[in-house]
Amino acid sequence: MTTQTLSAERRVRRITFSHRLNRWDVKVSPYLYISPFFILFGLTGLFPLVYTAYVSMFDWHIIGGQGDFVGLGNFEWVLGQERFWQALGNTFSIFLLSAVPQVILAMIIAAVLDQNLRAKTFWRMGVLVPYVVAPVAVSLIFSNMFADQHGLINNTLTSIGLSPVGWHSETIPSHLAIATMVNFRWTGYNALILLAGMQAIPRDYYEAAMIDGAGRVRQFFSITIPSLRPTLIFVIITSTIGGLQIFDEPRMYDTYGEGGASSQWLTITMYIYIRAFGQSGGGQFGHAAAAAWILFLIIVVVGLINLLITRALVSSTSASKRSKS
Amino acid sequence: MTIPQRPPLTRRRRGAAAASNRPGLLGYGFLAIVILSALFPLYWSFLIGSGDSTTINRDLDWMPGGNFLKNAAAVIENDSVNFWKALLNSIIVSTVVSFSVVFFSTLAGYAFAKLKFRGGKGLLAFVIATMAVPTQLGIVPLFIAMSQWFHLGGSIWAVIIPALVTAFGVFWMTQYLSQAIPDELIEAARVDGASMIRTFWHVGLPASRPAAAMLALFTFVATWTNFFWPFIILDSTNPTLPVALSLLQANYFIDYSIVLAGVLLSTIPLLILFVIAGRQLVSGIMQGAVKG
Repeated sequence: MTTQTLSAERRVRRITFSHRLNRWDVKVSPYLYISPFFILFGLTGLFPLVYTAYVSMFDWHIIGGQGDFVGLGNFEWVLGQERFWQALGNTFSIFLLSAVPQVILAMIIAAVLDQNLRAKTFWRMGVLVPYVVAPVAVSLIFSNMFADQHGLINNTLTSIGLSPVGWHSETIPSHLAIATMVNFRWTGYNALILLAGMQAIPRDYYEAAMIDGAGRVRQFFSITIPSLRPTLIFVIITSTIGGLQIFDEPRMYDTYGEGGASSQWLTITMYIYIRAFGQSGGGQFGHAAAAAWILFLIIVVVGLINLLITRALVSSTSASKRSKS
Repeated sequence: MTIPQRPPLTRRRRGAAAASNRPGLLGYGFLAIVILSALFPLYWSFLIGSGDSTTINRDLDWMPGGNFLKNAAAVIENDSVNFWKALLNSIIVSTVVSFSVVFFSTLAGYAFAKLKFRGGKGLLAFVIATMAVPTQLGIVPLFIAMSQWFHLGGSIWAVIIPALVTAFGVFWMTQYLSQAIPDELIEAARVDGASMIRTFWHVGLPASRPAAAMLALFTFVATWTNFFWPFIILDSTNPTLPVALSLLQANYFIDYSIVLAGVLLSTIPLLILFVIAGRQLVSGIMQGAVKG
């Protein structure tokens, strides 16, 4: 009798203990599971970004370390540099020359892939091959093809009777060459994203349009593009964030990495790199940090503008579709 | 993420529409041109990389020369490029980073998708917002921390540590797990007395396998091809492959046959990976797309 009550009591106590343990387990576990991400991301992603703002307000050299507080002095210095503005212009020029044709071409490729192809997987894999070639490798290959003297492109141009182009020595041609590298690597990738978006569009829409007598082109503009709005926004925003930070391709376009003799293809990220770690005139962490923050703000602003433009453009086409039908 | 099952009627309709949607010769021709231009630069680097230093200057006959192995040997034997070390480093960094990203993303994704906790929605929104943050812009403090505070300059740990987690990975696994595991399965395990971590281990992890494999693939490719930060923090004695390529370019800026042989050598591992897992890459991209 006594032993029985004892064991019963013990069982009860054990249950409440394990019950409490269990409740604690339920409460704490989710935070434990997400904490590695937040701790590591905070330390290696967020902290450096915030600390960049701190560094940007000091005289800070790679060797001497933290110096005097200069307030917005570094920002003034960077914004007063002609080379910075040149780099900004180059970055936007390369970005536009790559992003615009890339999205258009990716749309066309996706539309063709969206048809009822034979050997679907083969074609889809085929357009993705460049994705596994590192940007550094892409740049080395293309800088050879776009060589000013005896490059493949110039040889071809002269053989068909045109005059050769200064793909390295001139500004816009060098931007075109670098944009070609970006397009080479990302067009197929983005085409597959757009293809996925297209496949989610109910086929009934197209049937209804066909019954109404709309041709393929009309269907593409009145159904496909408006339905792709979220996918397009995604593609455009990600290529903005990546495109404005471009470094690998222009850095490897020649051996010196200074963006050409007269900085004709110098980009902002290259400028940041040169200020911070460059052979000549490097080590200026304060300047580099200020330039990095300026680029950060530019990316945010351009990203928002792109979001608004894409929304407006795409919703206006879908509105016109609705009013016409 | 998955296309919902359509009722049979629409299915049949879709078939009818698809039949009229067969591409003509124009469509195939267009795709063939796209794929040929995607492959051409690789063929070009083989063409140059199998020739000699004069290949560019004379008229091309479009046939590869016989010097690829000789040029590749020149790349490998170059002391200042450290090719084998670079290859080993690239393998180590990409493998460690892929495992780490997948593990921590699965853990966090499981919590966000399947466990209810205070602040969960807000924290997930934070993760999604940080996907758009250009963390590359924090390189100055990252350099100060890695090189001056922790004395990891030149070490591959300086490349590995900042890459251990990605916001994209967490988002990706959350998306997948929220529809891959029925809540009842977790409840059943809990009723049977499994602790939270046991439930994760025996229910969460096995269910996450397909998405985890894809995340591993993408992380591997991204880490293998990453240049900016390794270029800053590593030096010529201990490079990764892209950093070694930049050294090769600096050494052989006149002889492109060796530079492009090196380009091919460093790309072959990923091309092999592509042959094995290209199908998964394709479906990974298509599943990750934002759909309406």
